[in-house]
Amino acid sequence: MQETVNKKGIWKVIGASSLGTLIEWYDFFIFGSLSIVIATKFFPADNPTAAFLSTLATFAAGFVVRPFGALFFGRLGDLIGRKYTFMVTLMLMGGATFLIGCVPSYETIGFWAPLLVLILRLLQGLALGGEYGGAATYVAEHSPPGERGYWTSWIQTTATFGLFISLVVILITRTVLDENQFDSWGWRVPFLLSIFMVYVSYLIRKNMDESPEFKKAKSEGKTSTNPLKESFGNKYNLKFVLLALFGAAMGQGVVWYTGQFYSMSYMKTVMFLDSNQADMILGIALLIGTPFFIVFGKLSDKVGRKWVMMTGLALAIFTYRPIYEAMYQLTNLENKQENVDLRTTENKLVVHDSKRDSVQTVNKFYTDGTNEKITTTKHLVENTEQTAQVKSTVFLSGSKYYMLIALIFIQIIYITLVYGPIAAFLVEIFPVKIRYTSMSLPYHIGNGIFGGLLPAVSTYLAMNAKTTGHSDFYLAGLWYPIIISAVCFLIGSLYITKSMTHKDLNQ
Amino acid sequence: MDLLKRILGILWIALALLTAYFCIFQFGLPKLSTGHQEDVVFGIIILFILTPIISIGLGVFGYFALKGEFSADKM
Repeated sequence: MQETVNKKGIWKVIGASSLGTLIEWYDFFIFGSLSIVIATKFFPADNPTAAFLSTLATFAAGFVVRPFGALFFGRLGDLIGRKYTFMVTLMLMGGATFLIGCVPSYETIGFWAPLLVLILRLLQGLALGGEYGGAATYVAEHSPPGERGYWTSWIQTTATFGLFISLVVILITRTVLDENQFDSWGWRVPFLLSIFMVYVSYLIRKNMDESPEFKKAKSEGKTSTNPLKESFGNKYNLKFVLLALFGAAMGQGVVWYTGQFYSMSYMKTVMFLDSNQADMILGIALLIGTPFFIVFGKLSDKVGRKWVMMTGLALAIFTYRPIYEAMYQLTNLENKQENVDLRTTENKLVVHDSKRDSVQTVNKFYTDGTNEKITTTKHLVENTEQTAQVKSTVFLSGSKYYMLIALIFIQIIYITLVYGPIAAFLVEIFPVKIRYTSMSLPYHIGNGIFGGLLPAVSTYLAMNAKTTGHSDFYLAGLWYPIIISAVCFLIGSLYITKSMTHKDLNQ
Repeated sequence: MDLLKRILGILWIALALLTAYFCIFQFGLPKLSTGHQEDVVFGIIILFILTPIISIGLGVFGYFALKGEFSADKM
């Protein structure tokens, strides 16, 4: 009977924690997913100050503020408790997201618009930095011994699922409204919706009890008076923080970003795959792959966290290049044969905002079912053709389409291997009195900095390879996640020991 | 195994120095001199936020490894 009550209780804990964390990820990702609309409303490219603030919003929220949020809220969580702290992060995130949806555009209030959005985006970064560590710690401290990997893996699904939900909400809003309505006010709907989701999550969370481990430590007077000093000023604990960062979190960060974000940008900008098709392929792979967070979280309870995570890193190191080579070849038209009889050409004149464009669309069909659409747009000035823009878009069908889903799915599996057990791993290596602070910082540096840097560094490497004439320049960007994963694999395999990951949570 | 962990400490320190060189001279400073505002922001973040965290962090980790802080008896 007791067992049943406990299980019921922990499902309530998981539900309340996961829902809140899911909403926080949703809030964080809709800004990125709607970045093109946001740029036109708040950060006009022809205004240098607004463009400057836009860059700050992009880099600062992801790279700089998240670790600071981890320190600020981690300290708070170790001083006053997990429950109250991650309630604050939830309110902060929800409030900031809602307010982004309320800020008047640059056209209405000028410079204040991008400044307000920047401030609100920074608050989102701070809140995210504090949320994850709280939720993971809270769930782990409620979990029965020997099942922490399984229960905390539910929290691990929320980042991927949050991205998925953000894409679905935007898609539904776009479908319900017409293009003008969406551009005028509809883009605000996903931001405004956040306040309702946060309110529901608040109602669920407010009735939850404080974590039993923290409550016990507090009643015995064993909580820390200075969590920052004890976490990073104490050599014994600092070495575990560094090991968590360089032996697990940094590899996890790059594998996560490669599978979820680099793969999407690779499909759109290197393979020239149709944008909607790329989104759909990633969405399907995410949906099929998400349950594996639970599978590998549970597996880590049986065989240990270390080798589940290291397997994910090793697979990434040795197979990223063949996977991306196979992806590239799926849309490489040089190796395909065109069915010339099916080729169609369409010419039309497009008039918009008193400008006229001559648009030619050539549709090419290949024997394996691939379709290429080449659109050439020429601006007409006094009936004279001026500049030309050529855009090639590839559409896959049949087995090639499913092959691409499978290749993305494999990368999602790598994410689930390294990310599924990491919350339990991070929680278990730090003592209860400084756990929130100690685990949050390496996690957010690993994700925010090592993972967040991936697009910039990989683009730089690919551009360099292209400039120097490397025939496989399209694979050069992968050196960043491969090298980081390799260093992380070496450090994790050698330095992480069984004794450090099997501590009693009460210690 | 403990000896290997200590010896590899030198490798992590060397890697920290290499990362610092790469971040400062290949990534950070060239970005500052492009004249584009977005590059300047990126360069500042690389030089003053990322480089210290990555290089100093890895350097300290290597130092701890070299000193035997990760030996079985100290875990």
